[in-house]
Amino acid sequence: MTDLSPSPQDRRLVRLLVQVGTGLFTLAITLLGLLLITFIIGRVVPIDPVLSIVGERATQAQMQAVRDALGLDLPLWQQFAIYVGDALQGDLGRSIRTGDAIVSEIARYFPATLELATLGTLIGTLVGVPAGVLAATRPGSLADQVVRLVGLMGYSMPVFWLGLIGLLVFYGKLDWVAGPGRLDPSYDMMMQFTLTTYTGMILIDSALNGAWDVFRNAISHIILPAGLLGYVSMAYISRMTRSFMMNELGQEYITTARVKGMPEWRVIWVHAMRNVMVPLITVIALSYAYLLEGSVLTETIFAWPGLGSYITDALFAADMPAVLGGTVVVGVVFVTLNMVSDIVYRLVDPRARA
Amino acid sequence: MKLTHGFGRATAVAILMAGTAPVALFAETPADTLVVADAIDDIVSIDPGEAFEFSGVDLNNNTYDTLIETDSAKPGELVPGLAESWAVAEDGMTYTFKMKAGITFSSGNPVTAEDAAYSLRRVVKMNKTPAFILTQFGLTAENVDQMVSFEGDTVTLKTDKVYAPSFVYNCLTAGVANIVDMKTVMEHEVEGDMGNAWLKENSAGTGAYVLKSYKPNEGYVLEARAGHWRGDAKLKNVFMQHIPEGATQRLLLEKGDIDIARELTPTDVDGLAGNADVKIQNDVGGQVYYLALNQKKAELANPKVQEAMRWAIDYTGMTETILKGQWVVHQNFLPKGFLGALDENPYSLDVEKAKALMAESGLTLPLEVGFTVRNNQERMDIAQSVQNTFAQIGINLVLDVGDGAQVLEKYRGRQHDITVQTWGPDYPDPHTNASTFAMNPDNSDEVKATGYLAWRTAWDPGELNAETAAAVEEMDTAKREAMYADIQRKVRDSSAFILMFQQARQDGMHANVTGFYAGGATDSAAYWTVTK
Repeated sequence: MTDLSPSPQDRRLVRLLVQVGTGLFTLAITLLGLLLITFIIGRVVPIDPVLSIVGERATQAQMQAVRDALGLDLPLWQQFAIYVGDALQGDLGRSIRTGDAIVSEIARYFPATLELATLGTLIGTLVGVPAGVLAATRPGSLADQVVRLVGLMGYSMPVFWLGLIGLLVFYGKLDWVAGPGRLDPSYDMMMQFTLTTYTGMILIDSALNGAWDVFRNAISHIILPAGLLGYVSMAYISRMTRSFMMNELGQEYITTARVKGMPEWRVIWVHAMRNVMVPLITVIALSYAYLLEGSVLTETIFAWPGLGSYITDALFAADMPAVLGGTVVVGVVFVTLNMVSDIVYRLVDPRARA
Repeated sequence: MKLTHGFGRATAVAILMAGTAPVALFAETPADTLVVADAIDDIVSIDPGEAFEFSGVDLNNNTYDTLIETDSAKPGELVPGLAESWAVAEDGMTYTFKMKAGITFSSGNPVTAEDAAYSLRRVVKMNKTPAFILTQFGLTAENVDQMVSFEGDTVTLKTDKVYAPSFVYNCLTAGVANIVDMKTVMEHEVEGDMGNAWLKENSAGTGAYVLKSYKPNEGYVLEARAGHWRGDAKLKNVFMQHIPEGATQRLLLEKGDIDIARELTPTDVDGLAGNADVKIQNDVGGQVYYLALNQKKAELANPKVQEAMRWAIDYTGMTETILKGQWVVHQNFLPKGFLGALDENPYSLDVEKAKALMAESGLTLPLEVGFTVRNNQERMDIAQSVQNTFAQIGINLVLDVGDGAQVLEKYRGRQHDITVQTWGPDYPDPHTNASTFAMNPDNSDEVKATGYLAWRTAWDPGELNAETAAAVEEMDTAKREAMYADIQRKVRDSSAFILMFQQARQDGMHANVTGFYAGGATDSAAYWTVTK
């Protein structure tokens, strides 16, 4: 008699396929929902996008011509269907203001944001996690108070104020860092006209070109805004690390490890950390995603041409396709980071693999 | 042991924190490069046939030239650009321009009459936002090939009827009439766009500079070309950095990292006072601030109420405080610098006089009136000042605040009571403002003639319609000037508009920077004259 029940390998494969399928389905539904919501918001705002194209002096006839060209008189569902259809083909439409493809506009702004947010998250994590651990292992101590206070400041002080003060102190008075912008004019021109652009991220591009003076100049420009964003995310990460860690340190397996005479650093950084990592990954991913949305105020103060400024400018110009496009990109980044953190989560937590 | 670990970790944190502040690199601006900070996010396009925003037109002023130019020293007068002479025929409808010889585009191609004709035709055929500056002379995509022609070194422009020659000439000094390199542009034509897409990232003109790169919302780089017809630019490069924040610009200027800061607020300018390394250059701009009173509201159509309001605004109080350095008192619709502009500002705050006028109006006080205001700081400040002084004469203004597009839509839909607005001229001729403040041929709701400010605020200018139409056809420039003076006085003293201020500009620059021209009310920035 043939055994018809599937082999364990087959069962694992099926489970994996189901998991991937569910994941993709959720992704598709989330993105569709995101498109729908942004689309509806874009259509119900009491702003006439046509005005921003034709200018103040246009006649009704000129306005109607543009309205027809944009398909704004079609039924809403039809406009939405066209929008989704185009989006699926990687076409987010054209900016009303400039007439350029939104995809190519975003491709120009996103690398600047990516570079800044990545460095910011790196700083936030490298400082926030040890600070949180330090606070958790010595609750109530001076160190704990300091970490809490510093965190509280990062939470509560407006970013634009911190940014301006940061510029005034570190650039204006102390001369430790360079001013706003991504590069000094001469290095900027070198980067533009003599070096090769690969990614749009200056740190990576200058390194790939072996142009270390450009790289150093880029570092001196990015470090203050990245440090600022890092500080804000550090405030969040350190607080979360502290509470996760305190929770773990109260567990029995920690007491057991300590009773067995294990060195304290091992108890904390190996045993407890392994469990803290699980929720912490989500926290870091979320804070990364938050920075990737583009921190508008930071970008404005530091004259950083990123996604945040792009979306804000588009909003002020009533350029809804650009706003929608930017929002969709942010949404995709959010969903993707969530998925990535989910995968990493599974890798570090054996229970999640079942 | 424990203590050591704690200490070790704290040290690690400290080192990491210190790592965020590396040694800075000092960089003064390069000697051959003019580094300018401005907010350039208004740019929609830098194709001269499409550019219509201040920053884009500023850029193009340095990369292109027009046939004739306004004289920066004598407002209202014209000087040769790419044309050495120009004339209008007896019929008053045929204009000829004789091209200068020996001028080349940045590509090396010689400038011909054909390039000039092509450039004007191109604007009409593309029909982008600023095209109306040329099409108002009766040019259409269909007839432009006949109306604009060339032969030898002469370009001919025909108009559909007689206009004041100064009107035609002034419009030809606008950025939309810049001459482009036909050969180069057509080499980059895609799908019949007449090179529009290519010119959004490149320049093809005769200007002192060539566009080397343009990154929207980030900046642009211009490079001087050798052998320019005006004489070579003094500085090899212009590096424009998009820096929207005034405080940031100020800091950069103080540190010597930029040469010119073009977006300083009054606070920044005050903060720079006493700094010997920095100077402030004052200039005027073309915009005017005004109140529009919707004539559909009977109380606002009452002449006594209108007059009372003119005496119930603290003009100088505002320009000395909240608008300091940014706006100056100006009560006529043509900005200083325009042909026919007036320098008379008869109104000032006089609450008693205004009260007496309100009493004469025969209305029951206090009046309750809506005040539609855009939610930006400057306009809110103005609104509050006006609200305060109007309250003293028995007019209670109820603020109705919205964002720019919302407020504009309300205004265009005649749904405001009073609104505070700015208006900027579209081209350097008095008709641009006269045709909107003092003209409204049909005041009915149905026509939706939103292009006329008078229509938006439901005001019928009556005889001024004909007077404005006559002024734009007046052949004698001196007479024309007088006509605009008369029209402006009438609008100033009896209309639905209360003109208040003209834009002022304050550019901050390093003490060693000389020769920068901001463009005044009728022109754009010139970088080729700058030395440092």
